[in-house]
Amino acid sequence: MTTTSVEIPPTAAAAATAAPPRRIRPRGRSEWKGLAFVTPFLVVFLLVFIAPVAYSIYLSLFREQLIGGNAFVGLQNYLDLAVDPQFWDGLARVALFLVVQVPVMLALALVAALAIDSARLHATGFFRIVIFLPYAVPAVVAVLMWGFIYGDTFGLAANFNDLLGSEVITPLAREWILVSIGNIVTWEFVGYNMLIFYSALRTIPTELYEAAELDGAGPMRVITGIKLPALRGAIVIATIFSIIGSFQLFNEPNILRTLAPNVITTFFTPNMYAYNLSFAGQQYNASATVAIVMGVITAVIAYVVQLRGSRKDER
Amino acid sequence: MTMARTALRRTLGVAATAALAVGLAACSSGPSGSTGGGSADDLDAALEAGGKLTYWSWTPSAEAQVAAFEKEYPNVDVELVNAGTNTEEYTKLQNAIKAGSGAPDVVQIEYYAMPQFALSDSLVDLSQYGLDELEDDYSASTWGSVNIDGKLVGLPQDSGPMALFYNKSVFDQFGIAVPTTWDEYVEAARQLHAADPTKYITSDTGDAGFATSMIWQAGGRPFEIDGTDITVNLADEGTQKWAGVWNQLVEEGLLSTTAGWSDEWYKGLADGSIATLVTGAWMPGVLESSVADAAGDWAVAPMPTYDGTPVTAENGGGGQSVTKQSKNPALAAAFLRWLNNDPASIEVFLESGGFPATTADLEDPDFVGLESEYFGGQKINEVLTQASKDVASGWSYLPYQVYANSIFGDTVGQSYVNKSDLNEGLAEWQRQLVEYGNEQGFTVSE
Repeated sequence: MTTTSVEIPPTAAAAATAAPPRRIRPRGRSEWKGLAFVTPFLVVFLLVFIAPVAYSIYLSLFREQLIGGNAFVGLQNYLDLAVDPQFWDGLARVALFLVVQVPVMLALALVAALAIDSARLHATGFFRIVIFLPYAVPAVVAVLMWGFIYGDTFGLAANFNDLLGSEVITPLAREWILVSIGNIVTWEFVGYNMLIFYSALRTIPTELYEAAELDGAGPMRVITGIKLPALRGAIVIATIFSIIGSFQLFNEPNILRTLAPNVITTFFTPNMYAYNLSFAGQQYNASATVAIVMGVITAVIAYVVQLRGSRKDER
Repeated sequence: MTMARTALRRTLGVAATAALAVGLAACSSGPSGSTGGGSADDLDAALEAGGKLTYWSWTPSAEAQVAAFEKEYPNVDVELVNAGTNTEEYTKLQNAIKAGSGAPDVVQIEYYAMPQFALSDSLVDLSQYGLDELEDDYSASTWGSVNIDGKLVGLPQDSGPMALFYNKSVFDQFGIAVPTTWDEYVEAARQLHAADPTKYITSDTGDAGFATSMIWQAGGRPFEIDGTDITVNLADEGTQKWAGVWNQLVEEGLLSTTAGWSDEWYKGLADGSIATLVTGAWMPGVLESSVADAAGDWAVAPMPTYDGTPVTAENGGGGQSVTKQSKNPALAAAFLRWLNNDPASIEVFLESGGFPATTADLEDPDFVGLESEYFGGQKINEVLTQASKDVASGWSYLPYQVYANSIFGDTVGQSYVNKSDLNEGLAEWQRQLVEYGNEQGFTVSE
């Protein structure tokens, strides 16, 4: 022991003398090394994220005509968009979709997650997979499949109508089309959201449940007292994802459009409007403007939700 | 619904839309032919010298035609690319033109879209290679479609003179006479739907290509083009004549609301719930391949008229053009001349079920007298070739017709959904077309 204790000081002294220069030199070197590690990410980030956004902003400041070429127009595209009834029509529609469909979907996902987590179900693995399965179906296939179900001449809807001897079920009619799309989206994403909730529930320490049981808490009290507070972060995340998804609504209406061509217009959702502006109308500049404005709106709303969600967390 | 997921799904969505659009591909395909002539020396020299070409097409016959061409001219290497069906290809072509590179040498373009590319000066005027001397080889209406602003911007491949395709078994079952005028057609629609409410005279949910063809037949000339000066008048006499007839079907709910080219539509054609189609002469090929169950039920009659005088219009169809980006336009023009004028190529086209634009084939007794097995032995080409002779002249499409068609559902389509006056929808279509045209630098008047 003595030998060891004796040997230490010289080592420490050597370390002490060597330390200052070593501390300076490695710092410079490690910065370069760090940059080398980060560069691949930065290159990809600049290329696939910053560059398209910058290019879209650049595009949105110009106007190219079929006759007459390209011209800088400043913010004119934004001013035009602000008074474009078709844009507002689409935006209002996805906003309505958002406030109705997202709560319904998240509530269903929550109930499913709590049920599977309750340990009162047999074959929870089976239910988990079955509820999640629609998410694994490619959206295009899913919508085509639902299109067959919705068909009111030969589809399942038609069979029900025949059975009832009426024509009450018309999922592709103007009054119902948004509900029909909401139904598809809910079907697709309940499982995905359920999985987010379920994995958050699995991280709750079992001691909490034991303590609750000792305190005489019933299952409902456990849900309100332990599970829901623990899920708050997951709910905020799922809500933000769903908001982004709602504002980006495109596939479902765009594919159903072949079945309901007049009911679903070219400006049914902002994304469809942007798509048709550029690909049918060659109005790339207006399309870029829609994209930028929608990006900002989505970011602002998602940020507000996150802010509210984390404030609740602090409380 | 994560972002990445949505982006992926969006890509798939576009792919699926493209897949659905394949059904429309039948609207246009193949070549036609007789002899070339004129100052073709440089074309022959180009074929002799050889080289590489890129050809964009979605026609079913393209692959066999390219193979036959390369066999005949081994020095020429043609790369065939399916760049998507109709609007999808036009988008790519438009992008390539905008970018200044990437366009093919030879490209398939439907008649309605040709003005758009001709006007932006993206297509080679083929008369510099003497191809204007081929005029007599093609039906008048198709030749008119590829001559834009005094330039020959393409060679016609197929044509779609309109006729009345009707489910004979349904007409026989209810004892309804085959209509020869539009008034009779409306009357037949009422009789049929009254006799069996599940049956409709036809399906129409508002299709721009159909509506413009119907206006064409009725004598309407809503689009007048003079360089960049355009007049849009969707309330002229002919247009109102069509709207007057079609309004009765729309407002009385006599049209099936099944969207064209959907799965339900094919079923409706097979089971008789959609009893007629007024459409282009390329339809038999579609019926034979996609509505095979109804073989023997269908027949063809001349397109109904307003006053008994035979007159038709073109519906669909297209040709090929040489782009200005081509590095070897002479060779491209030579390939195009072979593709749409050489009998060997046109034979391949006809075998694939296409309807020709070439007079030699339209008048060929073997073609005209062909008894169609699907149509119960009827000599359908007698009706269809006559239709190609009766196409009314003087029609033009807008130089932004692709866009115009894309917003048809937003405007006129709303009249269909509301079962209300088509003229209101047409007025809104006109308003948006004028606005778009002026935004794009044209001078558009109403």
